[in-house]
Amino acid sequence: MVQRAVEAVAVVAIRLAFVLVLYCAAAAHGAVLPEERADAMYHRYDGGGVTVDGPSILVRKNFKETVSISGNYYVDNISSASIDVVTSGASAYKEERTEYSIGANYLYDKSILSAGYTDSDESDYQAQTYYFNISQDFFGDLTNVSLGYARGEDEVFQNGNDEFAEEISRDSYRLGVSQIVTPELILGFNYELITDEGFLNNPYRSYRYLSDPLDPEAGYQLAQEVYPKTRTSDAAAIRFRYRLPWHASAGGSYRYFTDDWGIDAHTAQIIYTHVFFENWTGDLKYRYYQQGAADFYSDLFIVSSQDDKDYRARDKELSEFTDHTLSLHLSYSRDVSNRWLDKAGISLQWDRIWFDYDNFSDLTDVNSPVGEEKLYDFEADVFKILFTAWY
Amino acid sequence: MKTLRLLSLLLLMPLVSACGVEPWVKPYERQNMADPIMSFERDPIAEGYGHHVYQAREGARGAEGGGGGGCGCN
Repeated sequence: MVQRAVEAVAVVAIRLAFVLVLYCAAAAHGAVLPEERADAMYHRYDGGGVTVDGPSILVRKNFKETVSISGNYYVDNISSASIDVVTSGASAYKEERTEYSIGANYLYDKSILSAGYTDSDESDYQAQTYYFNISQDFFGDLTNVSLGYARGEDEVFQNGNDEFAEEISRDSYRLGVSQIVTPELILGFNYELITDEGFLNNPYRSYRYLSDPLDPEAGYQLAQEVYPKTRTSDAAAIRFRYRLPWHASAGGSYRYFTDDWGIDAHTAQIIYTHVFFENWTGDLKYRYYQQGAADFYSDLFIVSSQDDKDYRARDKELSEFTDHTLSLHLSYSRDVSNRWLDKAGISLQWDRIWFDYDNFSDLTDVNSPVGEEKLYDFEADVFKILFTAWY
Repeated sequence: MKTLRLLSLLLLMPLVSACGVEPWVKPYERQNMADPIMSFERDPIAEGYGHHVYQAREGARGAEGGGGGGCGCN
């Protein structure tokens, strides 16, 4: 009886809250479209035997102060001799991924409606993603709430095996809230639920198991991984930015992640941004990431998979590990007085990432007994150079 | 029933008051918020690329903020 009463109160409260929120929203001040700008970036990742580089170009144009259109062209040139490739006996490979995105924002009364489409093309992986988003300012622009949905439809192939073709579908639901708390402090909250269905493992990856469960000295064998056909994950993040008394800001964020594969992860980041000599901006950032292993991950299985529900994975991305990132960014921008541009800028960004695995062995350590190889670790450098024009 | 009404009113009070309350940070006090250094995503394509680097190498994903449809990659 009491439970029913509480439920009834909750339902009434939620409905009235919804009506009130709509009413208050109508009284709120309007939102603004994203700024008009064009960016040209060169990016390069180098670490663990993998090099990925290429350009990214983004152009955004607004029309009549109600519509904003953007287009992005992005390329990854991949050259890989990673630990996974080397220890599987495969040769180093090169490939290219090209991605095109278009997006539109429509400012209607006090809301911004957004929609977009992304197409990604590789020789063995094709992905199409559609997204919709609505955001609204509330309570005199101090609060912004956004709701989003994205749908992904991927096709997975395997080079050298024309008979292999699989699919993945992905749905993503997002909620975001940002809140101006004081003239110096802004807080943000984001939540995202993602569900995947289809062929979720990498067709080139293998797990290993003992050739003879009773005799490790007999060595191990490799077999294609066996993954679940579905995955559901939840991620929730909070973040803040605080304006310091001098021309600088400090920020931080924390994200908790969990999924039904048994992975729990924590991500924390702190950032300090400082403006100097009027036109220069420097960012110093530290990011910490730690995750636990998936339930069906093992560095060395005793026996092979017995059926398609007997899952097996040995991807380092599903193992237990920690990574640390230190970032240094330096940007210069200045006003430009001509009829085409308002401002121009350049930004140099460098990130160093250290990966340390807790239960993923380095199989190039062939001198150690099976199952006692040294643990794998590697460092990566990420470089970005970005040219921006505001108009 | 009386208790339920009272409970409903208590639950709704914060919302009603939030609607009626004047913004406590006035528009003329928001020049700091307009400064690019207060933005969560100052350079969208650089931030997007950063998310992509981690998404390809970590098990966690999502709630990074910003719009868009994900990295579309394996």
